[in-house]
Amino acid sequence: MIKSLHISDRIKTFLIEIGELSYFAGRFFKEVFVKPFEFKELLRQCYYMGNRSLLLVSVTGFILGLVFTLQSRPTLIEFGAVSWMPSMVSISIIREIGPVVIALICAGRIGSGIGAELGSMRVTEQIDAMEVSGTNPFKYLVVTRIMAATLMLPLLIIFGDAIALLGSALVEYLKGAVSFQLYFNKVFNALAFSDLIPALLKSVFFGFAIGLVGCFKGYNCKKGTVGVGEASNSAVVFTSMLLFIIDFIAVFVSDIFFEI
Amino acid sequence: MENDKNIEQVLKIKDLTKSFGANHVLKGFTMTLYKGENLVIMGKSGSGKSVMIRCLVGLMPPDSGEIEIMGHDITKLKQQELDNLRTDLGFLFQGSALYDSMTVRENLEFPLRTHKEKLANAEKLVLEALENVGLTDAIDLMPSELSGGMKRRVALARAIILHPKIIIYDEPTTGLDPITAKEILQLMREIQQKQGASSLIITHDVDCSRVISNRMILLIDGINYAEGTFKELSSSKDKKIQAFFK
Repeated sequence: MIKSLHISDRIKTFLIEIGELSYFAGRFFKEVFVKPFEFKELLRQCYYMGNRSLLLVSVTGFILGLVFTLQSRPTLIEFGAVSWMPSMVSISIIREIGPVVIALICAGRIGSGIGAELGSMRVTEQIDAMEVSGTNPFKYLVVTRIMAATLMLPLLIIFGDAIALLGSALVEYLKGAVSFQLYFNKVFNALAFSDLIPALLKSVFFGFAIGLVGCFKGYNCKKGTVGVGEASNSAVVFTSMLLFIIDFIAVFVSDIFFEI
Repeated sequence: MENDKNIEQVLKIKDLTKSFGANHVLKGFTMTLYKGENLVIMGKSGSGKSVMIRCLVGLMPPDSGEIEIMGHDITKLKQQELDNLRTDLGFLFQGSALYDSMTVRENLEFPLRTHKEKLANAEKLVLEALENVGLTDAIDLMPSELSGGMKRRVALARAIILHPKIIIYDEPTTGLDPITAKEILQLMREIQQKQGASSLIITHDVDCSRVISNRMILLIDGINYAEGTFKELSSSKDKKIQAFFK
């Protein structure tokens, strides 16, 4: 009985949180089209999110392509299908692995950063100070960060995918003596717009989810400095879960429109 | 002062109540702030002083009661109207609340961004505000490079940059050493004389009250328990009042 109560409480809390997150998202859409537009802060956030994640995305992408190719090679050799390597790797990375892995990395890098920054601003009364000075802190802090994450994620994912393919090409060059030109020719022959467009659309939603959850957790942070850690941590956990749900929906919808 | 009907009332709170669950923090708090005066509200920790000022500036909605600032009932204002009214208020937060990703200059420019005509004179206004608190040299420093006293001065400069009609101080001397606390009190008096603003000071520091107040209110058990000058209240024989001055 005690256990079932505990579980029902947790479900209730979870549902309340989903409701509050939806309200928060609704407020974002309400405020995003209303003047004044905070372009300067938006550009600053784009710079921070993009520039500061670039190295992490590069390293992750490169290793992803490298390892994926190394692991797949023996099996493809066994079936005499090693010439299919560029096609297989490119489609897998562009359609699915690249966007999901890079979005998860960015959830850790960008989502937790937003959660911690806004959480710390909340507990040190900086957000209250903005409000009291007659500025709308939601517009200045939240709208700009969600917009920046939504804009930067697709760019980071395209960049990460390119680096992953470079890593894969390097393995093929070293192990299979395939030139970079031949490798990339095969990659571009294998790819179609129906591979790129759903992946790009998906990455826009990934960016929105990372920005939204990070801002939601940080902006509503409570319980002092402990709350800042919790906000940062739960932003990553919640976003990661949301990313897989979005991915599932995206694959489902892509299947209808693009017949994967 | 209350009897002087010629003095303009700039802030009026009537029967303010606020509860958190079963915890009734404010139980019908009433007060008036007159133009140009320094009113100190004293109360023990947890007595509801901070809740009261959060309701006052619209950071927290009250359960019931009226809050009138310069003739506007803030509980009935739309967000835009409230934001406009807030530019007539300066607020010094207990922990200074400086924006730690911005320099001192950017911190001071921030309240100006909603006033295009003032933003054009930003440099002049920032320097003037920093001169008032004696910190012009710190203009390009980050908050992390400032001491506690300097942070409080910068926060004070930010609070007065728009020349507000009412300045609200939340525990202005808490966490400061006695010398820095005296300097802050001196600055508060100078600014009050220079700008002629009304000041509402929330504190539990008796020395601060003695130095700065024209009038005092004791917030006890969620109500305006006693009101008068420092001299009047400190000589009261009421045990609850005496507890503050021992």
